[in-house]
Amino acid sequence: MSKQRRILEHPVLPVEPGETVTFYWNGEPVEGRKGEALSSALIAAGVDAFGRNAHDHAPQGIFCANGQCSKCLVIADGKPVKSCMTPLREGMKVNAADDLPELPETGEAARIGDVPEVRVDVLVIGAGPAGLSAAVELGRLGIATLLVDDKHEPGGKLVLQTHKFFGSVEDSQAGTRGIRIGRKLAEAVAADPHVTIWPDSTALYVYSDRKVGILRNGKYHLVSPRVILNAAGAREKSLVFPGNHLIGVYGAGAFQTLVNRDLVRPASRLFIVGGGNVGLIAGYHAIQAGITVVGLAEALPECGGYKVHADKLKRLGVPIYTSHTVLSANGSERVESVTIARVDERFRPVAGTERTFACDTLLVAVGLDPIAEFTAQAQEAGLPVFAAGDAAEIAEASSAMFNGRIAGLAVARALGAKVEEVPAAWQAKAELLKSHPGKIEPQVFPEAEEGVMPVIHCLQEIPCNPCSTVCPTESIRMDGDPLLGLPRYDGRCIGCAKCVLVCPGLAVTLVDYRRDREMPIVTVPYEMSHVPLAVGDKVAGVDIDGNRLGDFEVAAVQQNRENLTRLVRLRVPRALAKRVVAFRLQGDEATKPMPEAAATGENPAMACLCERVSAEDVRRLIRSGVTDINQIKAVTRAGMGACGGKSCDTLIRSIFRQEGIDPGRITPGTKRPLFVEVPLGILAGEGKGE
Amino acid sequence: MGKKYDVIVIGAGSVGVPTALSLARAGIRVLVLDELASPGQMSNKKAIGGIRATHSDFGKIRVCQRSIEIFANWKEKEGDDIGWLSNGYSYPAYSPDMEKKFRDLMKVQHGFGLNIRWVSPGEYNKLVPGINMEGLRGSTYSPEDGSASPLLAVNAFYFKSVAAGAGYRFNEKVTRLRLEKGRVAAVVTDKGEYGCGQLINAAGNSGRDIARLAGLDVPVVPDNHEGAITEPVKRFFGPMVVDIRPEPGSANYYFYQNNEGQVVFCITPDPPILGVLNESTSAFFPQVARRMVQLYPRLASLRVRRSWRGQYPMTPDGFPIVGRDAAVGNYIHAVGMCGQGFMLGPGLGELLTRIIKSEETADDLRILESFLPDREFKGVEALK
Repeated sequence: MSKQRRILEHPVLPVEPGETVTFYWNGEPVEGRKGEALSSALIAAGVDAFGRNAHDHAPQGIFCANGQCSKCLVIADGKPVKSCMTPLREGMKVNAADDLPELPETGEAARIGDVPEVRVDVLVIGAGPAGLSAAVELGRLGIATLLVDDKHEPGGKLVLQTHKFFGSVEDSQAGTRGIRIGRKLAEAVAADPHVTIWPDSTALYVYSDRKVGILRNGKYHLVSPRVILNAAGAREKSLVFPGNHLIGVYGAGAFQTLVNRDLVRPASRLFIVGGGNVGLIAGYHAIQAGITVVGLAEALPECGGYKVHADKLKRLGVPIYTSHTVLSANGSERVESVTIARVDERFRPVAGTERTFACDTLLVAVGLDPIAEFTAQAQEAGLPVFAAGDAAEIAEASSAMFNGRIAGLAVARALGAKVEEVPAAWQAKAELLKSHPGKIEPQVFPEAEEGVMPVIHCLQEIPCNPCSTVCPTESIRMDGDPLLGLPRYDGRCIGCAKCVLVCPGLAVTLVDYRRDREMPIVTVPYEMSHVPLAVGDKVAGVDIDGNRLGDFEVAAVQQNRENLTRLVRLRVPRALAKRVVAFRLQGDEATKPMPEAAATGENPAMACLCERVSAEDVRRLIRSGVTDINQIKAVTRAGMGACGGKSCDTLIRSIFRQEGIDPGRITPGTKRPLFVEVPLGILAGEGKGE
Repeated sequence: MGKKYDVIVIGAGSVGVPTALSLARAGIRVLVLDELASPGQMSNKKAIGGIRATHSDFGKIRVCQRSIEIFANWKEKEGDDIGWLSNGYSYPAYSPDMEKKFRDLMKVQHGFGLNIRWVSPGEYNKLVPGINMEGLRGSTYSPEDGSASPLLAVNAFYFKSVAAGAGYRFNEKVTRLRLEKGRVAAVVTDKGEYGCGQLINAAGNSGRDIARLAGLDVPVVPDNHEGAITEPVKRFFGPMVVDIRPEPGSANYYFYQNNEGQVVFCITPDPPILGVLNESTSAFFPQVARRMVQLYPRLASLRVRRSWRGQYPMTPDGFPIVGRDAAVGNYIHAVGMCGQGFMLGPGLGELLTRIIKSEETADDLRILESFLPDREFKGVEALK
């Protein structure tokens, strides 16, 4: 089992073996990689159940993989810890956290110490695309900046993004993979003497006396900034459905952390709910990680994410069920299957349309909520505060990099620094990069059937233009807006295939009639190199929507050193050549529903996963007239759990919505410190930090 | 004018809600008004949940003894789990002076028939395993005191009172009391007007503001305390631990492990911070954590989950202000609970019902002597 759960080969990510250490799981020796997240070491070792919830004694598995919830709680060397935030050490004794943990006896005197206080001009919370971009600007202006991030590596979610970026080439590095963009930004910040980076440092609260509590590598600090920039990103929303507490139900972002950062394979058959970019990209990453994607359900009639992302999945053989919702995750302790159904125009499931798919994991990708609390706390304390990236507004990372830079200048100006005006173009770009995808245009193929030419399978306006910028003969131009417009080929193609390589949507092919007009060579991009492909192989060619066109012979496979996308050259009959975009990897058999739909009433739907509060309990209170989320919390404990009410708030609001309560009548829950749980000893000044 | 009620209670908190329950069950038409959105949203939810009868005077002892009966029997009688735990209270002594103070007080408490005794350091270490033994001279221990969840309790009282016929109007702020012939004829809010036969001011932090609307003054000043709660762990110690030793910046602090296994704690800033200031301060955690881990080193690895600020509506002498007003005949004071509204509430609710019905017992009259609205506020409570 354990070997299969390590990703040993990945088309994009380098796989480094790392140093093997031995640790103990419930007394049994297990191998893991030194320094990796303990949760991932456990997953790699075949462990999915980390402990049992103290309320219903049901097993719990990974959920946020981001240090926010507490589902991955284990007892490590006698202390309860979040395994996703605990680096693995040699000899660690790890036990399942079953029910309530035992508080160890110390037999020692308290080791209280000082709480270091630090003054700084700017505190940037979060070293993701927005925070790093802001820090670059602040450093350039010579402003003393402290950048804190709760992870060990800066880059935020960029470190999970194995796909090439959208946006514009000149200012968002479009066409470059997110991981590389993150690294470049982090290097730039690290080289700046005015910016100090504290990794492994979690912001806990902006207190009313304008001091910010920071847990830095196990040592409590108080930081007094003159200005705060909240670039803490977003958290994933979840959904209320029966079985939403089972092991194997979690967020798409959590999944990306496991497969792309930690290179473990937590699933073998995956179903996704939510057709925004996050869900679509997670599906693509799953296939890159060697996981079967059984399907994706989206409640709206169209996926909200970019069409090119949806097309990529469909072409690989992933069915996308639009106008469908998840009815239940089924299984006794972990996901064994998922049942979906079609919905009517009011999003009510249509009886008789239920279908059940066998799977072990259900990814929830139904949107993100800004981590806005630091902004609110600073405002309440009267401390000047700015927000950038997802913490300000949910948008693409390319947009976050822009508004991070803009926020950096705004912060500098708030400090009285002489700062140039924000270039008008930046503001425009930041807005443009947030653009939602436009409507889908019909595909028009070029008429010519001679020479060589790109065929563009990009039919929806999105902020993206790398194809037009890499073309050496300037033969691809954007129709209308230079960033948003649809690309059109018109000119003299020399067959360099740069456009095929750079396109983040894998939506450009090259059709070459020069050698054989009847059997032209079609060059398609391929990012699944872990699936071997040899010259002479037959592959199932598909059109833009994933419809099979026929089996075509591989004429050549070209690997690029710079760009990890491969170019696969196929021999395709003339009549089909322009329509072929890619070839399928997943067969129909892998994605078939089970012969009969499973019953959906096996499990409760949970509103609060920490305290195991059922949606029915919350609904009953709402029906009795309760409109104050604080009262729901008082009566049910929803929101009192280890995550601090980070997930249940949106779930409870969704139940209010289902019950037809006007949001204006709902009294929001009061938010209190701390952002994450912190041991009393550390608050008493224990530890060394660094 | 809107509907007329026999009694209007201002404040749906620790005192107002159990009072409404008791009134409604006595067949009295009662309306409770609160400016917040649901029961217990001001000070009740800030209370850590300790309930003791081991006070120093007859009034509070008797009222809390009755409260303990109500809390302790609630689940059996009414069916709801309110988190009652008969875990006791303890006041450890780390100096001869403290020991003497506690032992002297115990004599008074024994006089009122309270179950409280002195335990040796060794015995105390069995009740609170791992407590700092250095300089420990022993502790008081009152096993019949206990704790419950203020949130669950106030809501249990609330839903039962609604079932018994009590009315509530939330998100309504009282703006005026309409006085006629020396009596409160009606209560005016930002949303309506309600006629009343009698009025009970149970408005906690706003108690003084409400009294002023009737032309009265009560010396009630909100005094800030900061509290917090940890993750749950298996039960590892028994009673509430109250450390009354002052330190620079703080007076006493106290903590216990609730029925969920979470340790709840609270500290009293010194000098006092007056007013309703619910914002969290950076001073709180280092201050309280240092004291707690020195007293009880085992707490060091226990993780804190959430903190908050709340107020004790304090009176100058530390005793509540309860009773019928001498000047405004249908106005009843129930304010100045000095941080003990939660433990006084249920007992007080029944007492207030007897006041409303003019059925005070001899015991009641003796209780009310300590709580007189027009007293001189010269004494000082021994265990504030």
